[in-house]
Amino acid sequence: MTGLRYVYAVCRPFGTPLQAQLTGVAGDPPRLLNHHGLVAVVSHVPERDFAEEPLHRHLEDLEWLSTTVRAHQSVIDALTVVTTPLPLRLGTVFRDDSGVRVMIEEREEGFRRTLDRLQGRVEWGVKVYAEQAAPAREEPTETPAKPVSGRDYLLQRRRRVRSHEEMWQQAEAFATRLHETLSGYAEDARLHAPQNPTLSGASGQNILNAAYLVPRGESEEFVEMVDRTKDDVPGMRVELTGPWAAYSFAGEEQQP
Amino acid sequence: MSVPSRLPDPYGQGSGANLADILERVLDKGIVIAGDIRINLLDIELLTIKLRLIVASVDKAKEMGIDWWEDDPALSSRARRNELARENTELRERLARLEELEPRLAEEESS
Repeated sequence: MTGLRYVYAVCRPFGTPLQAQLTGVAGDPPRLLNHHGLVAVVSHVPERDFAEEPLHRHLEDLEWLSTTVRAHQSVIDALTVVTTPLPLRLGTVFRDDSGVRVMIEEREEGFRRTLDRLQGRVEWGVKVYAEQAAPAREEPTETPAKPVSGRDYLLQRRRRVRSHEEMWQQAEAFATRLHETLSGYAEDARLHAPQNPTLSGASGQNILNAAYLVPRGESEEFVEMVDRTKDDVPGMRVELTGPWAAYSFAGEEQQP
Repeated sequence: MSVPSRLPDPYGQGSGANLADILERVLDKGIVIAGDIRINLLDIELLTIKLRLIVASVDKAKEMGIDWWEDDPALSSRARRNELARENTELRERLARLEELEPRLAEEESS
């Protein structure tokens, strides 16, 4: 056995086999390494790509990074179908299997605690976008009139600022209300930084980027609840992603 | 052994998944463990990665939503244009204030 060990996740032993076609970050299928009643999901990766120096270099290569991130995520996704994985951050690499075993021994208490806390739960991502089209709609009637004087200009500008502010207040109120409703339903919630609108060509301004921890059994209802809010307010767009492994809730080891 | 109950079909994942959603989780969330290979993403400030990416490919970086350099006058001609626009705005506002002080004069000027 040569190569390094790339670890995706830690979970409890599970009976259902992973999809046969599944490949990991370097094309090697993920394997299960059982130790102390826990399972590390591991695949072999070549030193030429995953040793310290090449890995540093690769991380700065967007092409490589996005391919690797997607491969990592597809393994986590496959695990989420059959069990509750604790996802590790990208690029957790050990020299050999015994390095992985030592890591499990050192952290097993924390792993068990977090696994208990997250058992049977998934993460749903909800984003709210304010469509920029909404405030622009009122403008066309005003824009043709070029400001004749500085005072005209100032008046027009004030009007524009005011309608812009109203749009923001409305958007914020909508996002706050939605977040309150969903937080009340979910077991836990996290707010992430808003995403840049140029990303993935998503139109509008991202004003809410949240993650909710929801039991699998209640996921269907959660999804329906999000669906119902979708057309509540014109100019607002609600986007749902998931089910994700509980990424946003796995990081902190806290007592429930 | 866990027996997962039925989950709704995935939303927004798969080939059309938003790369930002995935990066946000796989790079920024999840459990941090110091492996044998020290790449600790905490050490490599994410911004450093971004900065180097920009040098490699501006379009790709924009695709990812990394465009802060556009607001930095030292790096972007667009930011310099914004700088001019801002100055222009300030001047117009000063002009408007002056006109309010001297309305009659302003009327003569605009006719």
